[in-house]
Amino acid sequence: MKARVLVVDDDLALAEMLGIVLRAEGLEVIHRADGPSGLEAVRDAKPDLVLLDVMLPGMDGIEVCRRIRADSVVPIVMLSARTDTIDVVVGLESGADDYVLKPFKPQELIARVRARLRRGEDPEPERLTIGDLVIDVAGHSVKRAGRIVPLTPLEFELLVALARKPWQVFSREVLLEQVWGYRHAGDTRLVNVHVQRLRSKIEKDPEHPEIVVTVRGVGYKAGPS
Amino acid sequence: MPPLMRRVGRDVLDAARWAGRIGRRSVRRATVAIARGATRFARFLVRWWRHSLQFRVVVATVVLCLIVMGLLQTFLYQRIAEGLVDDRLRIAKEEAAKGTAQIQEALDKTDKLDADSLRQISYDVVKRQETESAEGVRKLLLMRALTNDVRDIVLPTLETETGIEPAVTPKMRDELAKNARVQQVQIVTVPRGGDLVPAIVVGSIVQVPEAGPYELYYIYPMERQQQILAMVMRTFLLGVVIFAVLVGLIAHLVTRLVVDPVREAAVVAERLANGRLNERLDIKGEDDLAKLATAFNGMADALQAHISRLEDLSALQQRFVSDVSHELRTPLTTIRMAAEVIYDERQTFPPVSERSTEILYGEVERFDELLADLLEISRIDAGAASLDRETVDLRDVVDRVLTGVMGLARYKGSSITLVGAEEPIRAEMDPRRVERIVRNLVINALEHGEGRPVRIEFGSNDAAIAVAVRDFGVGLRPGEPDLVFTRFWRGDPARKRTTGGTGLGLAIALEDARLHDGSLQAWGEPGVGSRFRLTLPRVAGRPIGYSPLPLTDPSPAELGENGVPVGEPIKATVDPTASTPVPPPAAGGPPGDPGEGAPTAAPQVDGVVDPELDGVVDPELDGVVDSELDGVDPHLAGVLDPELDGVPGGDRP
Repeated sequence: MKARVLVVDDDLALAEMLGIVLRAEGLEVIHRADGPSGLEAVRDAKPDLVLLDVMLPGMDGIEVCRRIRADSVVPIVMLSARTDTIDVVVGLESGADDYVLKPFKPQELIARVRARLRRGEDPEPERLTIGDLVIDVAGHSVKRAGRIVPLTPLEFELLVALARKPWQVFSREVLLEQVWGYRHAGDTRLVNVHVQRLRSKIEKDPEHPEIVVTVRGVGYKAGPS
Repeated sequence: MPPLMRRVGRDVLDAARWAGRIGRRSVRRATVAIARGATRFARFLVRWWRHSLQFRVVVATVVLCLIVMGLLQTFLYQRIAEGLVDDRLRIAKEEAAKGTAQIQEALDKTDKLDADSLRQISYDVVKRQETESAEGVRKLLLMRALTNDVRDIVLPTLETETGIEPAVTPKMRDELAKNARVQQVQIVTVPRGGDLVPAIVVGSIVQVPEAGPYELYYIYPMERQQQILAMVMRTFLLGVVIFAVLVGLIAHLVTRLVVDPVREAAVVAERLANGRLNERLDIKGEDDLAKLATAFNGMADALQAHISRLEDLSALQQRFVSDVSHELRTPLTTIRMAAEVIYDERQTFPPVSERSTEILYGEVERFDELLADLLEISRIDAGAASLDRETVDLRDVVDRVLTGVMGLARYKGSSITLVGAEEPIRAEMDPRRVERIVRNLVINALEHGEGRPVRIEFGSNDAAIAVAVRDFGVGLRPGEPDLVFTRFWRGDPARKRTTGGTGLGLAIALEDARLHDGSLQAWGEPGVGSRFRLTLPRVAGRPIGYSPLPLTDPSPAELGENGVPVGEPIKATVDPTASTPVPPPAAGGPPGDPGEGAPTAAPQVDGVVDPELDGVVDPELDGVVDSELDGVDPHLAGVLDPELDGVPGGDRP
């Protein structure tokens, strides 16, 4: 089955070009030109990934991202032309999994998209426990005391990566490579922001995390199980 | 000031302690301590004089008042003294005249004219007047006149017993001898109770019957007048002291009225200068100081308005840059993607279209770089660029650069040698920006190095670190070392660049260096090569002083054994004997050898530079002389950009 990508971008030429490139990669592409219709498409067409431009007329990309995230865990990759630090962080904090800066190379974009789409590739049933959380890797679910904790696929992967090797401290660079699929140095703020988001969902007290622990100067590790 | 005061106090204590003991040595020590304390106190006063307007005003006022008071009181004192003496003179003359007349009368009336009787009478009359004085003690003196030529009866010199010295001068006696009818007056000093006291001497002639003319002197010591004057003097001095203290206090208070607001203004001005733009002076009243405060506040308002306007403009500019960034980048992304799709298909095109596609693709890349550089420089111009400082070893930064440029070095046939990289060279810097600067310098050196070795020199001192990139290529003509940092400046049009370049690389590098409060300078000579030196402070914000590396090549005489420059006016902390990756003079293209060394250097490179030395990028010359490398070079594009961060200025997120 072809993975379905929703492109939300008001620049028709770019959207069309994205369509051409992504279709050439064997993906199905849907295009919407503004935020509200993009949100609609997320509900109706159930895309496997959303490519979202930050600057949109009317409702801007950040807001669209926040609304998608409110009731969907679909991976979101932001397309941004801004290089200012603050925009990137705001985009990530609104729920984006990754971002690509314009002007990007097609291969770069495809690498990011592929990294977000790759999942369910290890079907062997595996149960991990970390703290009081039980992770069903195949079933893509995390439970605390029998109740499901809703996570986005990226947060889930981040948690699984840490939980699989609780003895290991992961540097941000290693996590970027394992979870985001960056082959070269990427933006370590991605890791910081998503660890914060993950903590806000799984930790009892996000200010004093017990499951995803910071190792100062090195990175993160899973807390004692 | 306070520490100095404390030290003075300690000296005084020392002096007291030593003075308390007995012995010549301790006395000497005490003297030394006092002298030291006095010196310090004098220094303290001088400093105070220089620093405190109030102190100066108070001192000046007191001194001037003392001078005026001194003059005034001297005048008054003299008037009082004159008055007292005149008065006493008048009384003394009258009294003496009266006394003389009485004595003359008594002498005239006597009828016993034998010597004994005359002696007795004259003794009696003189003695009688001894006690008759109204104005304290006086002395009478009767002595034979100089002009007396009577031989029969000679009376002895008579004087009253008052303990006053008969201070009669020969001059007075001469005067009396010349003019017997007139009272003679003279003021002399006589000793009284251990002191010298002025005294009035009044002399006249009395005629003693049968015995002829005799001189009669009245001597009035002016002890009382002396006492009065001493008291006046004491009162005056006391008055002066009290007056000086009062004047000092008044001057202190008055100057405070003026100085305090001025000091306050100075404090506020300093705060303003430190960026606290909301600071203002309190305006009290309507006097001159209030006017000053008003003007000051007006100035601060104007400054604040101006600064906030500039800030608004800067924000507007940033906004504009951001918008342009978006508006330009979106179509550029589309073009780039389209170009890539076409480029991938180029083998199926006719030759002309295929070449066009390659050109299109290359130019899109260049446009991308140009846009990135333009945006970067406008961000810097708008003051929006900020540094992410961390403490980093400069060698690591350079290592990352070398990884990226190795391909270009190989293609150009240049080896890269590191000098002085044994010790860690740590400093606070934004590693991304410094990496960009160094990459720019190294790529430039390779571009213009004509295949000769490129040397990267490290240096550090207490305040600064430096890295210099030296090439032995075409060099720079006079004037060009400044021009190279100009935006869009192109050197010799004949120079062909392999990497394109945006013309902004060095301008951005210079701005990046300035953001660090560092410096980036160039030196070069035609045919000799050039050196670009980056100097950064070790700690952010500290002044550099001088760069640890020389900028120009020293003359051959100043070269160390290894051809490493030493003996520059700049303190080079690089130990010339300790640099491991030695660029032997032959390989390095003798740095101090202008003109002829360079052409011969290139062929030797391969053989001399030890490929096993770390830090030396081994040129693989055989892989470079490649026939397909004319015109645009897909090979190089891959080589230069193996990790997406090899393009100068292209490492932004």
